[in-house]
Amino acid sequence: MKPEKALIFELSQPGRVAYSLPECDVPDIEPASVIPQSMLRETPASLPEVYEVDVIRHYTELSRRNFGIDNGFYPLGSCTMKYNPKINEDVARLPGFAKIHPYQPEESIQGALELLYTLQNDLAALSGMDQVTLQPAAGAHGEWSGLMLIRAYHESRGEKRTKVIVPDSSHGTNPASATVAGYETVTIPSNARGLVDLDQLRAAVGSDTAALMLTNPNTLGLFEQQIEEIAQIIHDAGGLLYYDGANSNAIMGITRPGDMGFDVVHLNLHKTMSTPHGGGGPGAGPVGVKSRLIPFLPKPVVGRREDGTYYWDTDRPDSIGRVKAYYGNFGILVRAYTYIRTYGPEGLRQVSENAVLNANYMLKRLAPHFEVPYPGVCKHEFVLSGKRLKEYGVRTLDVAKRLLDFGYHPPTVYFPLNVEECIMIEPTETESKETLDAFIDTMIQIAREAESDPQLVLNAPYTTIVKRLDEATAARKPVLNCSC
Amino acid sequence: MKHRYLPMTDRDRAEMLATVGVNSVEELFADIPASVRYNGVLPISPALDEPGMLKHMRRLSDRNADSDRFTSFLGAGIYDHHIPVVIQHVISRSEFYTAYTPYQPEISQGELQAIFEFQSYICELTGMKVANASMYDGATALAEAAALAHGATKRNKIVISRTVHPEAREIVRTTARGLDLEVVEVGFRNGVTDLQQLENAVDDQTAAVLVQTPNFFGCLEDIRAIEPLIHAQKGLLVMSVNPMSLGLLESPGKLGADVVVGDAQPLGIPTSLGGPTCGFFAVSEPLMRRIPGRIVGQTTDRDGKRGYVLTLQAREQHIRREKATSNICSNQALLALCASVYMSVMGKSGMQEVSLQNMRKAHYAASQFPAGSQAFSAPFFNEFVVKLPANADVKAVNAKLLEAGYIGGYDLGVHYPELKGHMLVAVTERRTKKEIEEFVREWEACAV
Repeated sequence: MKPEKALIFELSQPGRVAYSLPECDVPDIEPASVIPQSMLRETPASLPEVYEVDVIRHYTELSRRNFGIDNGFYPLGSCTMKYNPKINEDVARLPGFAKIHPYQPEESIQGALELLYTLQNDLAALSGMDQVTLQPAAGAHGEWSGLMLIRAYHESRGEKRTKVIVPDSSHGTNPASATVAGYETVTIPSNARGLVDLDQLRAAVGSDTAALMLTNPNTLGLFEQQIEEIAQIIHDAGGLLYYDGANSNAIMGITRPGDMGFDVVHLNLHKTMSTPHGGGGPGAGPVGVKSRLIPFLPKPVVGRREDGTYYWDTDRPDSIGRVKAYYGNFGILVRAYTYIRTYGPEGLRQVSENAVLNANYMLKRLAPHFEVPYPGVCKHEFVLSGKRLKEYGVRTLDVAKRLLDFGYHPPTVYFPLNVEECIMIEPTETESKETLDAFIDTMIQIAREAESDPQLVLNAPYTTIVKRLDEATAARKPVLNCSC
Repeated sequence: MKHRYLPMTDRDRAEMLATVGVNSVEELFADIPASVRYNGVLPISPALDEPGMLKHMRRLSDRNADSDRFTSFLGAGIYDHHIPVVIQHVISRSEFYTAYTPYQPEISQGELQAIFEFQSYICELTGMKVANASMYDGATALAEAAALAHGATKRNKIVISRTVHPEAREIVRTTARGLDLEVVEVGFRNGVTDLQQLENAVDDQTAAVLVQTPNFFGCLEDIRAIEPLIHAQKGLLVMSVNPMSLGLLESPGKLGADVVVGDAQPLGIPTSLGGPTCGFFAVSEPLMRRIPGRIVGQTTDRDGKRGYVLTLQAREQHIRREKATSNICSNQALLALCASVYMSVMGKSGMQEVSLQNMRKAHYAASQFPAGSQAFSAPFFNEFVVKLPANADVKAVNAKLLEAGYIGGYDLGVHYPELKGHMLVAVTERRTKKEIEEFVREWEACAV
């Protein structure tokens, strides 16, 4: 068993350095001669004193205590943990992308602007929208930006609408974003088939409805077949339709939110477009809109002149303003652009087809061993319920922990909230049939273990560098940094 | 089609379709109404093979003036600092960059410990008690700080100095519209916040005062004078700081800040057209349970072994939904890792030395400009404002400087009409005495 890993602070030995700075070739003026003493630091920050080998070994060891897609299968539902292509990493590090400044003269960043302009158009075409802003830094940031656009649209028409409707299966960020955008959330229960209940929807809409937020396919992996009626109900009430693009990996080239009746869309480039999650970020959450919302887009957007040069279009008097400093997560946008061009239109459609077939194959093979709350065809992901195992005292969390012993990242668990003991699986298109089969066999084995030897599952994991951690104490008596 | 990222063979497909019990992939999409199906080929950029892709991207990249080929004196929130070589090696470990948010702590101890160390670094640097796992960037962190102040004080007025980064102020305004907050801007004198105007603006309805130091003009705000003005009214002091300056300048914690935010870009993060960077967010202890975003805490496992988990999650959207303290559900983990590795490399003495070099080189540069061209006499860190000779246009000067191989300073007239013809010049440790002297000569030649 591996010992506890020291903190970098615990490696410190006074006198060691890991840096190499240029000689200071200008006069050594005393700080106090130009800055009042009262503004100068009295005690230096107590940062560790280590040398370069310490730094490399420390972080290399930390990386070995972490699990990424390159380590193995990562079927985390709704997160689209597909392979992160290496070429994307290489090109994002080219000096002409990594070493440019947001305030450089436009004429000195024409290559970057061309890339952004093309990406704006490609994402608009892919989602069936008329214009795209690349500024939002993440999905939740896109949601909030999109809702602010919706708010600006209603206000421009002299309407004060106060409510945003979300299904009970929605991502938690949907209602949270609505609150930050100044809206009250109305949650409507799904019907027995896991879809939007049209009667509930009709009862909830009114002249105060600003928008309905929807993922399609939804978080259960089901396509909202009545999307046109849903759109009609919302539009008849004067509301707008917001598309949460978390599940776009199911539909590329097959159907488009714009064609389904959505007015505002965000796409998660760190999901659908393969940009790495980075252990929690950075991502990118571009927002697309239909033409009637274009005037309100955050500024600037990238424009193209007739002579073929590109520019920042800042002359947008009705814009909601900025949502992020500079121009969004450019380094991520470079990766997404590369991904789209690696596949092209036919390739992206193939991606979605394979993702959906992989999910249906897994669902079919797992169905006899777990409860399937919503049988039938799924899209890119599906949900199972682990409630049958409760009679042996085993819960979904325990199944997830047992999977760790077999070298898998577990699926998403306990989401969506409307499925008891939920297990949400999204294989993505970049996994082979052998990988899927091996995972399925493991899930079946764990279900059997739960029946025959529940303690084996309840005490899992056995092979990880730490066992189950005491989260209750962590929250009750927080230790949030090493100097506490 | 065959593709290097797609493993499904024709045989796999046939076997899988048979298992599912359908005849074609098309049947799996039968639930999508024909009226919303997309028939045809999407009008997007065509596919490129790997060699073609590399060539295409190099071509695009070569059309941008990068800070290796050009000598940059441009800052205004994003700085051309030296990035220690080891950082790229660490963040290129794919166990870090291909991982999701650490939801399964047993197999995410590396990321969790890295974030715990990041939080520790930010607390050390800022002198604050609690830091989170990071935010999108410094500007959105400032907007979140305004939201926190509103929640903590139940007051609706945010007072912000015009010396705060103009784009950060725009985001604060956008955010304030969502939350129905009033934003009052306070002007400046001699490059720093006008204390009289500030005093007049702050009242018992003020949730917070938002100031930045070094401010957008590079000048140092007199926090010791600002702090009592807001605390007398029981509002919060929110400080936005450049972490690079904290090797030299007093920590915000010692100066009485309640919330400290900033952008970690100077700490080993590439300029990358301004993103992705990494915002940091630190608070005093009483505000711990109001902090937005992810937080990592230390705990023990079943064997009593030290370990780390995401904690205080009762604040967050996946549990609280519409009642969450923020809608943020991610952090900038990989960039926070850059910043952590940077601070590990620099250590106690390196952070002081690099901060000192920035200050010295900037002051040397300021001394090289013609007498009287420096616009403000307030103390500054690594950036300062110079006034161009009468009628010279900053944009035109920058175009000429570009031809001479320089990326010139920021055109302050873009956001401050009263500072038309003023340039914000940034000087980092990367600039040499010779580069500084040649730049000033070129600047003088271009400005006449």
